[in-house]
Order: sequence, then structure tokens, then C-alpha cells
Amino acid sequence: MNSIILRTATRFMLPLLILFSIVVLLRGHNQPGGGFVGGLLATSAFALYAMAFGVPAMHRILRVPLTTYIAIGLGMALVSGLPGLIAGDPFLYGMWSSFELAGIGELKVGTPLLFDVGVYVTVMGVCLLMLSTLAEES
Amino acid sequence: MIVGTLLAIFALAVAAPSLHRVLGRATGYVLALGPLVAFGYYLTQMTPTAAGEATTVAMAWAESLGVEFSFRVDSLSTLFALLVTGVGTGIVLYANSYLEGHPKRGRFFGYLLGFMGAMLGLVLADDLILLFIFWELTSITSYLLIGFDHEREKARKSALQALVVTGLGGLSMLAGLVLLGQIAGTFSVSGIIENYQVLAESPLTLAAMILVLGGAFTKSAQFPFHFWLPNAMEAPSPVSAYLHSSTMVKAGVYLVARLNPAFTEDPAWQWALAGFGGATMLLGAYMATRQTYYKKVLAYTTVSSLGIMVMLIGLGAPQAAAAYILAHALFKGALFLVAGIVDHEAGVKDTEQMGGLFGKMPVTALVAIISGLSMAGMVPLLGFVAKELLLKGSLHAHGGPHDVAWLWPTISTIAGAFMAVAGFQAGIRPFLMKRTAEGEYPKPPHEAPPTMLLGPVVLTCLTLVGGLAPALFAKPIINGTTATIAGASEFELVKLSAIYMATHASTALLLSGVALVAGAVLFLLRGPWRTITGPLDRIGTTIGPERIYHLLFAGTVGPVSLATIQTNLLQSGYLRVYVQVTVLTVLALGGGLMVWQGDLVESISVALPQFGKIAWTELLFEAVLVFMICVAAIASTQMRGRLSTIAVLGVVGYCSAVIFVLFGAPDVAMTQFAVETLTVIIFVLVVYHLPRFAVYSSKKVKSIDALLGAAFGLMMAAFVVSSFAIAADDGISWYYNRYALPDAPGEHVAYGRNLVNIILVDFRALDTFGEIVVLGLAAVGVYTLLKLRQERPAQGGMA
Repeated sequence: MNSIILRTATRFMLPLLILFSIVVLLRGHNQPGGGFVGGLLATSAFALYAMAFGVPAMHRILRVPLTTYIAIGLGMALVSGLPGLIAGDPFLYGMWSSFELAGIGELKVGTPLLFDVGVYVTVMGVCLLMLSTLAEES
Repeated sequence: MIVGTLLAIFALAVAAPSLHRVLGRATGYVLALGPLVAFGYYLTQMTPTAAGEATTVAMAWAESLGVEFSFRVDSLSTLFALLVTGVGTGIVLYANSYLEGHPKRGRFFGYLLGFMGAMLGLVLADDLILLFIFWELTSITSYLLIGFDHEREKARKSALQALVVTGLGGLSMLAGLVLLGQIAGTFSVSGIIENYQVLAESPLTLAAMILVLGGAFTKSAQFPFHFWLPNAMEAPSPVSAYLHSSTMVKAGVYLVARLNPAFTEDPAWQWALAGFGGATMLLGAYMATRQTYYKKVLAYTTVSSLGIMVMLIGLGAPQAAAAYILAHALFKGALFLVAGIVDHEAGVKDTEQMGGLFGKMPVTALVAIISGLSMAGMVPLLGFVAKELLLKGSLHAHGGPHDVAWLWPTISTIAGAFMAVAGFQAGIRPFLMKRTAEGEYPKPPHEAPPTMLLGPVVLTCLTLVGGLAPALFAKPIINGTTATIAGASEFELVKLSAIYMATHASTALLLSGVALVAGAVLFLLRGPWRTITGPLDRIGTTIGPERIYHLLFAGTVGPVSLATIQTNLLQSGYLRVYVQVTVLTVLALGGGLMVWQGDLVESISVALPQFGKIAWTELLFEAVLVFMICVAAIASTQMRGRLSTIAVLGVVGYCSAVIFVLFGAPDVAMTQFAVETLTVIIFVLVVYHLPRFAVYSSKKVKSIDALLGAAFGLMMAAFVVSSFAIAADDGISWYYNRYALPDAPGEHVAYGRNLVNIILVDFRALDTFGEIVVLGLAAVGVYTLLKLRQERPAQGGMA
């Protein structure tokens, strides 16, 4: 679509939308949100970009092929299951540790977070791959 | 050590293609070390297991299901393990030369060793479920091996046929094994055999037996499932030698022998084995006399031999069965390898086109003559001993089959004569008789390289030694195995020496002589015999089981097969029909069940009054939303443009999302909003290029669709309403509450307040993992379907 308004707006919207999707991803543990919705939001951000600048431009800002995103996402989810396995617990058993961050407070980090990020990346990769394939096909 | 041999072979299978890249020609020599070492190990087990000892290794696996990762080495598994690893070593060496220069040799070794590991696991497994897993693994790897020349359509078809037939049997067997485990209360094979009295009391035993035999008979090519085996001769010769002499097809025989102690007193078991085995023996041997292609002759005699083994177990002659298993593996393995050598070095596949090859390839000729004569049952070879035991077993049928005692020696003698014809055809015709065919051999015939001769020569020496000096290896193996097959039942052991048997008059010796002489006469008259019996072939092609197979699956005999009809019905390619089939199925199964169980009306009448308790002010929001949904849904059926239809459907989606918000499911609502938005974006991208809406459906079709839609909606509504009648159960939610929240007591805390998300990423993360894998696969599927279709013209140009 050749609209200067859309293009300009998209340039400003894209970082905001991605930031928003990451917020949704991270807050998911305590409030509505999570990797799946976050991934969908990120997809719509890039889909907006594709509508404004075309699918090839979207591929350019994504840098690596979408299949790689899917592979990385699945790999993260898989890897997040290994610490539990190594510790003698079942595969994907949640393992946690916490850090003291100066001035902010206690930060808890666990394998479920890595898993959720994996879901986020996979969902984004899957939806964008389907979307761009359909768009290029037609 | 037992597990070590398995792991080593599987590891070699995985490493084979990369090894081949590094080592090139020497790959086979390195890979052969794996099975060779394993062979050495099982050789050391021969004497202790023959004395009745057994080693068991067990590891916990799925304890809640009672499934163990357990292996057991006793005399029966040792016999098969020796065949799998010993013949396997020879085959790897042979294949190394046979596939010299073949671009996919590394891949071939991967398949071959994968199959070897699966087969070894199958004969060692002491758990029914573990056994089944290895069983299926042999089916899959043999599919890859039979279809190795996948560029030929016939190879692909034969591989698929073998997979379909043995796969169907495998499913039946799985049901049977699970049933067997339920009856016996354990999946342990040795445990079931120890508690065999439990089986005799259960009314389900017969069903379990029939289902298990379904698997064994398809795998071991028993009539009427025999047809896949001769077709599987499309495989490269080393594969045929391995799969169809000593391993895969014997898996069924192994299973029958393994379970025999549990069923041996059951007349149904005796009759099933003796009946199907006998029919297979006779049919296979007869078909073998009609063949002239080397590998086809061998294939049909293999069918016959498998019938013999099954029949002997049914007749209560475990020693004869054990002897035949050993003798057959030795002579048939050698003959298949000879068939490969002759094809490889002279370029001929038809035995009637061969002749006078003794001078050109003397070692191969000696191997073929001795092994062929062993198959014919000539003194003093191991094949003679086995045939003698076969006739003795037939003369002394035990149990139920004893009622028709005259039948078994009669058909055994006839089959013996036919087998002699096949033995001469394979052992004598190409080497000692004159060549009658016109012209030169396609390749100048010469002796094979030593690596290709090693396997057949060793096998042939064992055939000789086994008959002349049984004490060296044949006797401990055969008699030890006999005890395992017989289990607790009584059995008699015959002196195994070929010389002793040949010099002591008996009815069996007389019948053996009759069979041999009749076979020799028939061999000399084979031309007229094949002409006379020719018309009988038509019976097979018109009503034979292979035709039934084609009618069911392949559709090669006519335009219509059951599979075609079913595919056209279910996979029509019209989205409308897919939806119809899905909706009808859900209606029939879900709605049918609700009506059938009869609690539909009751639960609705319980649930409806509860709605009355809700204040109308609370209902106001929902009423507005539902009204909007209904209007939008009806409007969507009347729209003429694609974009407007999508927009209207979007209204339905967003309204449902608001309903989710009202009912306290913000996560679902968020996802719904995001999905709706994306759907619109996808349609905007795609819809652009689609043709305008056109009305193809007639009034009649439309009203049927409307009816279906209404029925489906009603069913779902009834389903939801009736769910109110189910008393709210705390179920598992207390668990999530207790272990998720940071301030809750409990050993594992998930540190989160959003239970929905914690369930997704922590408590039930494995489910989520499965779901995202499916998502990934779906995306790759869409990508492949659309992208490869675009690139096809370019590929076609290259081909």
C-alpha cells in the first residue's frame, strides 16, 4: 500500500508495538498476557510493517529467515526443559533463581520464562511465515 | 552388555552416512565390526543358555503403566541374536562390494544397521510393549530397505505393500498384546509364560490370541498374507538375503515360538498354527516350482519354509521347528547371496537363462549346489536333518491336529517334493546344466570378490558341519531352543546326526526319499509341469488375496478401490465437503452419544432453572452482545463481497471476546482479539487476489447446509447448557492455587499469580511444547505446499 501516512505512522508504531508485545509477554506471569498473546501482537506489528512497506522489506528488518525464528523458539522451549532433567526432576520442571538488582529489588528468573520466550518467538515465526507465504503466493 | 550391543549397532546406524563420507570404500569393513563383536558376545551365551540359563536386564521405564525396559537372553533369543548379528556381519561386507560406487551406499548402511538393531531388540525384548516398538521399527526400516531403489515405481509399490500388510498386522498385534497384558496382569513376556494358567481361565484369551497371530502371520507371510514377500524381492539382493532368510520374516515365527509355552495346550492355538502353517507350506512350495527367476524361486520357498516352522510349532514338534529355523537361515541366506552374485557378475536374473556357470564361478557354484541340495533335503546336510524332523513331527502330531493325523505327513511330503524342485532349480540349473538360452551373457561371468563370497561360504560350511557333526554347534542351539519353545510341556529329542538318520530305517526316511525322488522327476519334467499348471494361475489373479489387497488399497487392477472411494469421500478437495464431514462426524458421535445416554433432557431441565436466578440487569450486557453476534452471523451468510463478509465475521469474534472479558477470562479475550485482528490482516493480504464471490450452490444444497449448521449449533447449545447440571468439582484447581502462588505453602512454588499462564508454561509445559511444535510443523507445511508448487516448473525443466 502506497500511503505516506501509513508509512510514517508505521515507523513510529513498530517499536512501540514490539515493546508492548514484550510487556505483555513478561507480565503474563502475574497478570493477563503471556508468550502466545505476545507473539500474536508482535506478528501484527510486523504485519503492519509488511502492509506499509511490502513483504520483502519486512523480511529485511527481520534479518534472519522466519524458519530460523521457529527453530530458535522451539530450541529455547526445549532447552528450558533440560535444567530440570539434569537436576533429576522431570523434563520441563520449573527451576528458579533470584538476583538482587541494586535500586530495583529482587528479580526472579526461571526456566518457565525462557519457555515463554520460546513460545513467543515460535508463534511470531509461525504466523509471519504463513502470512508472508500467503502474501507472496498471491 | 546386552544393551551395549544394541546401542552400538544403533549408534553405527546413525553414524554410517557420515562415516561413509570419511572412509569411502572401507566403510563396510569398519561397520561390520559392530555386528561381529555382538556376534562374539552371543556366541559366549550359547552354551549357558543351551543349559537353560537366562540373563535378564531390566530398567524402569513407564512404571505407572507397568511397562519395563527389559531384555532377556535365553536359548531362543540367542539363536535369533546369533542369526541377526552373524548373518548381519556377512551382509554388511557383501553389501560393501555389491553397492560399490553406489551414490547412496552410506545411507544404505544406515538403514541396514538400523534394521539390524531393531531386529536384535525384537528378539531380546522381555516386555510386550518394548517388543512391539522394535517390531514396528523393523517394519519401518524394512520399508526403507525394500524401497531403496526408490526411483523405480515397482520398488516403491512393493515397499509400501510390505509396510501396509505388516503394519496392519502390527496394529492388530498391539491390540492383542495389550489384551494379553491385561489378562495376565503384566507385560513381562517371561512373567506371562510363568502364569500361563491365568490365560486358560480368561474368556478374552481367544481374542488376544487371534489378534497377536494377526501380527505374526502378516509379518511371517503366512497365507493369505503371503503375497507381499515375493513382491519385496524388488529390494537389493543383500537386503533380500538378510530380511527374507534369517531376520524380518522370521519375527512372526519368533513371536509364535516365544508365546508357544503360554498357549501350547489350547486347541485353537494348535489348529491355527498347523492349519495356516500347513496351507502356507503347500502353497508356497507349489508356487516356487512355477518360478524361474532366481529370487522369486527363493522367495516362494521362503514362504513355504515359514509355513513349515509355524505348522511344526502347532503340531507340537518344537525340535523340528528349531532345527528348521537354523537350517533355513543357513541355506536360504547363502542362496539369496548367490542370486545377487549371479545377477551382479553375469547380469542374469532368470535361472532358465543360466547354465554352465560352474567353470566360470566355481566357489559360488559350490555354495549354491550345497545350499540348494540342503533345501532339497539331501544327505548329509543340515537341510536333510531338518526335513527328517519335519516329517517326524508331521507323523506325530500332538493335540487337536492329531484328529487328522494322515493329513500332515501327506502335505509335508508333497511340499518336500516341491521344495526339492526349487532346490535343484536354484542349486543345479544355473551351474551344472548346459545353457540353452541364445546369445552371450550380458556381462562376462566371473567369480565374485572375496568380500562377497565370505558370507555365503561360511553359511555353507555351517550347513555341512551342522549335518555331519551336530555336536559342534547345531545340537546345543537346536536342543536348547527346543526347551524354550516347548516351555513346561513335554517334548522328545531326536538324535540329530544326518549319518545316523540316513542309516536307520524309519517312516520319515522313506517319505524323505519319496519326496526327493519325486522332486527330481518333477524337476526334469518342469517344462510340461509349468505348462499344465499355468491355467491355475488365473485363480490367483482373479480371487487371490493380492487382488483383494488391490481392491482395498491400490486400485491398480481397476479404476476403483476402497481406498480411492474413501479418499474421494473424505479428501474431496472442497472445503465445503471437509466442513460437512467434520460437522456430521461431531454430530453423530457427540450428539448421538448425548441422546443415546438419555441424560440430555434431564440435565437441561436441571440446568434451566438456574438461569432464572440471574437478575435481568446482569443479563443486559450479554443480551446485547448475543444479539449483535446473531445479527452479524446471519448477515455473513447474505454478504456479496469478501471483505464485508470478513468484517461481519470479525464482529462475531470481537463480541465473543467481550463475553470472555465479562466472564472473567481476560487471557482468552486477549488472545481472541489478537487472532481476530490477524485474521483480518491475512484476509486483506490474500483476498485482494481472489476472484469475486460467486454463487455456485443451488437452493437445495444451501438448505442442507443451513440444516446442518442449525443442528450443529443446537447440539453445541445443548452441550453447554447441560454442562451446568454437572456439579462444580474442585478437581485439580486447588493444586494449582496451592503450588503456584508465591505466598502459598508447598514444596514447589511457581512464583506467579496468573494461573492460566503458569499452567501453560510450567505445570503443563509439555502440552504447550507439543502445541508449538505442531504450530511450527503447520507453518513449514504451508510454506512447502505454496513454495514448492511455485518452483515445480523449474524442477521439471531440470529433469
